[in-house]
Amino acid sequence: MTQDSPKMNSVGRPSAPEINVEATLFKSLLGGKGLLQSEKLIFEKDDYSRTGVDFADIAIDASDLEGLLRSDLSLPGLTEPEAMRHYVRLSQKNHAIDLALYPLGSCTMKHNPRLNEKMARVAGLGDIHPLQPVSTVQGALALMDTLSHWLKVLTGMPAVAITPKAGAHGELCGLLAIKAAHEAKGQGHRRTVLVPTSAHGTNPATAAFVGYTVEEVAQTADGRVDVADLASKLGPDVAAIMVTNPNTCGLFERDIVEIARLTHEAGAYFYCDGANFNAIVGRVRPGDLGVDAMHINLHKTFSTPHGGGGPGAGPVVLSEALAPFAPKPWVVSHDSGFDLVEHDEGVSAQNFGRMCAFHGQMGMFIRALTYMLSHGSDGLRQVAEDAVLNANYIKASLQDLMSVPFPEGPCMHEALFNDHWLEGTDVTTLDFAKAMIDEGFHPMTMYFPLVVHGAMLIEPTETESKDELDGFIAVLRALAQAAKAGDVARFKGAPYLAPAKRLDETRAARAPRLSYT
Amino acid sequence: MRYLPLSNGDRAAMLEKIGVDSVDALFVDVPESARRSGTVDLPKFAGELEVEAQLNAFADQNISPAKVPFFVGAGAYRHHIPATVDHIIQRSEFLTSYTPYQPEIAQGTLQVLFEFQSQVARLTGMPVANASLYDGSTAAAEGVLMATRVTKRNKAVLSGGLHPHYRETVETLAHAVGIETEACAVAVDNEADVLQHIDANTACVVVQTPNVFGTATDVTEIAKAAQAAGALLIVVVTEVMSLGLLKSPGEMGADVVAVEGQSIGVPLSYGGPYVGLFAAKEKYLRQLPGRLCGETVDADGERGFVLTLSTREQHIRRDKATSNICTNSGLCALAFSIHMSLLGQTGLQRVAKINYAKAHAARDQLVTAGFEVVTPRFFNEFTVKLAKPAIAVVEALAIKNVLGGVPFARLQNEPGFENHLIVAVTETVSDADIATLVATLKEVAQ
Repeated sequence: MTQDSPKMNSVGRPSAPEINVEATLFKSLLGGKGLLQSEKLIFEKDDYSRTGVDFADIAIDASDLEGLLRSDLSLPGLTEPEAMRHYVRLSQKNHAIDLALYPLGSCTMKHNPRLNEKMARVAGLGDIHPLQPVSTVQGALALMDTLSHWLKVLTGMPAVAITPKAGAHGELCGLLAIKAAHEAKGQGHRRTVLVPTSAHGTNPATAAFVGYTVEEVAQTADGRVDVADLASKLGPDVAAIMVTNPNTCGLFERDIVEIARLTHEAGAYFYCDGANFNAIVGRVRPGDLGVDAMHINLHKTFSTPHGGGGPGAGPVVLSEALAPFAPKPWVVSHDSGFDLVEHDEGVSAQNFGRMCAFHGQMGMFIRALTYMLSHGSDGLRQVAEDAVLNANYIKASLQDLMSVPFPEGPCMHEALFNDHWLEGTDVTTLDFAKAMIDEGFHPMTMYFPLVVHGAMLIEPTETESKDELDGFIAVLRALAQAAKAGDVARFKGAPYLAPAKRLDETRAARAPRLSYT
Repeated sequence: MRYLPLSNGDRAAMLEKIGVDSVDALFVDVPESARRSGTVDLPKFAGELEVEAQLNAFADQNISPAKVPFFVGAGAYRHHIPATVDHIIQRSEFLTSYTPYQPEIAQGTLQVLFEFQSQVARLTGMPVANASLYDGSTAAAEGVLMATRVTKRNKAVLSGGLHPHYRETVETLAHAVGIETEACAVAVDNEADVLQHIDANTACVVVQTPNVFGTATDVTEIAKAAQAAGALLIVVVTEVMSLGLLKSPGEMGADVVAVEGQSIGVPLSYGGPYVGLFAAKEKYLRQLPGRLCGETVDADGERGFVLTLSTREQHIRRDKATSNICTNSGLCALAFSIHMSLLGQTGLQRVAKINYAKAHAARDQLVTAGFEVVTPRFFNEFTVKLAKPAIAVVEALAIKNVLGGVPFARLQNEPGFENHLIVAVTETVSDADIATLVATLKEVAQ
């Protein structure tokens, strides 16, 4: 099978199936796959009038709303048994952490403890309203204060803004604090943010979002920030640098202290993308590295569930220099209990404003604090050590077959491979990833970081047993050998055994169909 | 340690395979000055029993809305959530999966998102909806940014009935990116005031219905006038349940709709996580923020779903992206979609009517008792103008175990509005609760 004209997206990743694999296997009469039934859309039901809730159909006199009443509501309803079938059938088309290793690099797909879920649903925590009088939610404020304390101690930072709703929202919060701090110093003219080429897409997106010009910093041959290049770009126009540490190549930035020193010397602030904090939690405090602001993805390091794409939570720890600019609201404690500061009046009003309505992702705070209390300082340190150990074990077990772009020294919590070893096989990174699905594993992160050709970024996390890792390694070794042996159809048509074959992304984008009509 | 499967024997074998003596050798790249030999100063590992007790101790210091007459709203609402919803969202395949980057093994999540987008589109009366944003307030802010991209203009006008938290969220983001905002005077019933502030630089006007005081407004004429002046109309809805009864923003001519979806499927949870619904006219499709799920076919020609139009997004476009959003509110969108499916048009209309009826019964009883209700037309929330400051009144009510509403002054210090109390009445409120509210309010506020 050759790649004559594969449809590629902008990063060179094929975006449409290259071949239509003839199904030679047994086929069911109506096209289902055994117990994995095809499931229609709820909108394809003939009768929309059913409902799964038993509310009385009362008559109201809404004459005061004349002209304001709707007449066009058309939404399908399901009874409870129909709903259970629909969603349980759909659920079975998903891969999940609870089924097998889910090694998406940079995403930290670790086990989600069920105690976290239980506590988030306790009456008095899960059901309280954000605008109840503070006298009736003292426990909620105490919980937020305790979570803040843990985050501050673990990062060695003096302050934390807890309202950001996800990692990217935390980046926004950090940059807005930096912007406000510069303006307060008469340095509002600083317009540039330096971002390494290996950064998460959210970093340049966030910087550009708040009006900064993004300038890229080169990477060295060993996968780190090029300090000389950084130094040459630091100047009176630079507001901040955004560096991920450990970085997106899974490596600790050895020169991080020097990077922070140079940054501060140039009058800029050091924003650290804390997406990979799970690799160092309990062992290294970002405050000791010279960081001014860092978001913490509670859904990564502290195990709140990823939920098919959120909700996350992205509290931002701040240095003394940035703390006064943290957004409202925040919790304060005094002799008689806790209070919420929600207004500018009566406080030294340097806060840069508000990130969202209410007080942040309380449901995630409960889960994260449950996780922290469960692990303790010793357990969290072990989390970092086991995460790093597992990643290095995978790297050591595969690097004779799969090429590693930065072979020198240990990696941190994720092992990065490139596609150099696939040269001449006609198998791409995408093909290799899709073949993993047929062997029962979720693919690794592909084609990221962008600085590594055909990147495969594998993050096992600390919650994988050695047995599971060994099974995963055996699969990757067998697949690598198959690729090298020329078993190309195994890869080009993959996945064969998933609920769906490869999907045509080009077609989806060309004539977008985003809702049922 | 119950969450860590590696034994010491495993660790030793793995270190040997790696070729190092100890785990410390794996942290060799950490600068010496930042290496810590011991643990940080926090409590040690604890079992489930102990942790549960600690968390319950926090819960015990709060008053659960289930235990008292409860009338607190103003942007987040207590509604009944069918048991099925929480059961399904805790299925491993939904709870412990991630953004559907591998569509072949994420068709469950993707079909749910497609159905979610379809439900949101129909509910708001708009042609396209995205796969969710963080919440209603950030959706409103994204809407303003989108309007400036579309119109190439640089000013947003915010109504005096817009929830103050929403206004502040919009202002924070807008000012950071250099967009000018103009907030109209706080008003119980004057959404049309936005039209007085439109100029040649106005990208959008933002109105809310029902607004923060509960007032429902037909914005049809506002839409026409704004569009005639070259500005987009952004309609904010903080009580999505109202769309079971009230005309949809789409029918009234909205260009963009930003909704807080919490009322359907998502518990109050002290303010988050919630789910932002974002819908727009079709012509703005490629300017939408956030994830979009689209229909396509697989290599066998079978229908399937993928994340699409990702060239708008940060992971492809980086500094040229329409938004920096990555993780959004997937599980809350699932909860919304399940609850919406269980309701259907029939259930939604019924529960909406019950909300209307209970709220109006409460209004009538308060008026009979001598209170001044200032909201002229409403769904399930209205504002009482008390004879004394509302903040002190709700504290006095709380002492008597009644959570009686939200003082407007809690949201914004605005002269003339110190005595305004926003009262929400949903299907979870009983007739006895209403009677208790009226009696207790007479006791403490008159």
